[in-house]
Amino acid sequence: MTAKKCGKTIAAFILCLGLLAGNALAQGQLRFCLRSEPKTFDPLKVEDDASVAVRYLTGGVLLRMNRQTQVLEPELAQSWKVSKDGRQITFKLRSGIFFSDGTPFSADDVAYTVQQLMDPSLHSPTGDSFRSGPGNVETKVISPTQISITFPAPVAGLDRQFDQVAIESAHSPKKEMAVLGPFMVADYKPGATLLLNRNPNYWKTDAQGRKLPYLDSIRLDIQPNRDVEMLRFKRNEIDLINTLDSEYYDRLATTSPQVVHDAGPSLDSEQMWFNEVAKSPLPAYKKSWFRSAVFRRAVSQAINRNDLARVVFRGHAQPAIGPISPANKFWFNAKLKPEVYSSDTALKALQSQGFRMENGTLKDKDGNVVEFSIITNAGNKYRERMATMIQEDLQKIGIHVNVVTLDFPSLIARMTQSFDYEAILLGLTNVGLDPNEQMNVWLSSSENHQWNPQEKTPESSWEAEIDRLMRIQASSADAKKRKEAFDRVQEIAIEEQPFIYLVNRNALSAVSPRVQGASPVILVPQTYWNIERLSVK
Amino acid sequence: MTIWRRVACAVLLLVVGVSLAANWVAPAGYAKEYRDAPDAAPSRAHWLGTDDIGRDRFARVLYGTRISLLLAPAAALLSTLMAALIGGLAGYLGGAWAKSAMAVTDLFLSLPWLFLLITVRALMPLNVSPLVSVLVTFLILGLLGWTSAARVLCSTAGSVRDSDFVRQARASGIRGMRLFWIHVLPNLKPVLYAQFWISIPAFILSEANLGILGLGVAEPMPSWGSLLRELEGMVSVGDEPWKFVPLVLLILVVTSFQLVLSKQEEVAA
Repeated sequence: MTAKKCGKTIAAFILCLGLLAGNALAQGQLRFCLRSEPKTFDPLKVEDDASVAVRYLTGGVLLRMNRQTQVLEPELAQSWKVSKDGRQITFKLRSGIFFSDGTPFSADDVAYTVQQLMDPSLHSPTGDSFRSGPGNVETKVISPTQISITFPAPVAGLDRQFDQVAIESAHSPKKEMAVLGPFMVADYKPGATLLLNRNPNYWKTDAQGRKLPYLDSIRLDIQPNRDVEMLRFKRNEIDLINTLDSEYYDRLATTSPQVVHDAGPSLDSEQMWFNEVAKSPLPAYKKSWFRSAVFRRAVSQAINRNDLARVVFRGHAQPAIGPISPANKFWFNAKLKPEVYSSDTALKALQSQGFRMENGTLKDKDGNVVEFSIITNAGNKYRERMATMIQEDLQKIGIHVNVVTLDFPSLIARMTQSFDYEAILLGLTNVGLDPNEQMNVWLSSSENHQWNPQEKTPESSWEAEIDRLMRIQASSADAKKRKEAFDRVQEIAIEEQPFIYLVNRNALSAVSPRVQGASPVILVPQTYWNIERLSVK
Repeated sequence: MTIWRRVACAVLLLVVGVSLAANWVAPAGYAKEYRDAPDAAPSRAHWLGTDDIGRDRFARVLYGTRISLLLAPAAALLSTLMAALIGGLAGYLGGAWAKSAMAVTDLFLSLPWLFLLITVRALMPLNVSPLVSVLVTFLILGLLGWTSAARVLCSTAGSVRDSDFVRQARASGIRGMRLFWIHVLPNLKPVLYAQFWISIPAFILSEANLGILGLGVAEPMPSWGSLLRELEGMVSVGDEPWKFVPLVLLILVVTSFQLVLSKQEEVAA
């Protein structure tokens, strides 16, 4: 063998090794559970959690918010620009990209997707977040790789909203089943499994030039029972569990500490609120307690949030500070401090309003015994435990609390129709970071303004102020101005306590040791946010 | 009385006796939260450990037993009396009365109990004390639990009505409610006793089922249902066998009732 031939053989051998190394990662199947049936595979119609998961795994988006850094990053769009008035966004798109069925991707597809998204007859929940005012959306295809979209009114956080918009093909006969994301739907057995195969036309490569995703496929088992999900994880039948309960977390941690991950406080909060509806069938004296900020603040001060986090959630929660979790890096108002637990201070505040203690029972200035019920949904043991602990905490300042668990439909009926309740303890699941997603909670005219929904005009000056500030932040494209307005909303929420925020649960998850590249985060989808870079041994 | 029946009686007496002495045996009470020791293992301070928010499990088992064992018989008595009145009278009167009463009974039997209980619970006033919630829960069970017994009693009362001694009494001029009270009702006693004893474990289990759904007795008051909810996460209970104590107690009491009941059935037969 000549030196030249020998060199060629060695080079070929090295090339083969390189290819083998490259392919070695491009193998394997990741398995985890969806907790319900996906209601649709059309990314524009998505509203349930299971469909959101499928959209994340299969949909290609123009911009993606990095779940770890919470920074918006370019995807199918190379760059983008939002106009000063917040009405227009212009994208420069990547070229040479194809849908999973081979159809080429261009600005026409973006225009088609946006038009579909904003079509009122489609009732797209994703589209709702773009509807800031009456009028039509205009799309202008400047070139195959450039498009501008103009909305009739400013859309707050316009660019961030595109994280949820999976682009559909305008020309593919496969319609929504032709995708631009890392995986595509290969097989679906309703009630059993959903199989996703890697998209052969996926455009991304890693730093070494290897095609992404590394995984060959993902098998999603539809499994609503969390005990079964846990058992299957322990038997190595599935690789991931998202939003793990604190009890399950501790159980897993005792046997396999390397598989559990506590990413810190999540965006989700647990809170209680009093019924402040003027037309509710409550006695007038109770309405006056509940509509008094002093009373609400005193109750808030008398609740030991540290104990709730430590006992109920076994330390996997943090005492809540306000409407925004500290996990929301940009929007959280860092000036706010946690409520200091003090039953003495709470009692003094109540006494300043004419309340008095008589034989361990608190009475108001008219002699009415201070007693109310807290409703929560039956079957949620964490909320039931919190309510029971609050019952004991408030007993220390002479307030008698009756804990009532109701089935969810009955609870919702009382909360939204009959207003026949005194206090409710429930949780709020926040998926997005932008305060615009809480507009329906804070606007006094909103149906979801839980403590006093659908006010014709704000019934208090602070609610009017919140309305004004929320509208300012919603209509401005200036991030600083928006932040200032929403910081003030958070301050008012703490001063007035329409919601008594209790705890922010930690984002707990479990990842099998066979999964490589996982680094769970607080944002959904916690464990597989970097799905294209995950691999299995 | 066989040895097993004696043992069953002894068990029931012991359980009732100890639960009635809960105030002395567990003076700290069922509601006190030892927040520094949640979900603790058995120790000298807490013989059965503590629950998820640090309440003494032994105290809760005693008080829960007292509640379930005192109120289940009360609910059973109520349902048996209703069954005697509705089923017994229907069987005695016969004809259209019996048909109508049994149609109503069948309607009640065909109702989905669980959903009915959930609905009734949802319609109740919210601001009731835990003690009232206990009473109301068992009252609802008693008011809704008479149907099966009514069917049995209707059939038995029909047989008694057609028996020779009742015909003889009727021939002697005894009529109407007097005949029912003096001659029919006393002959329904064995069946009534049996129905009463059958109902007790049934109501205990019904309350436990409601408790498992979080719809039974209100916090912080314990009941067997709420105590059994601790077994929901069956994945790891093997590591904490003391959590099975309420379940073992429930099985023991229900089995004891069944053994005592078999004697009553013999009497009824």
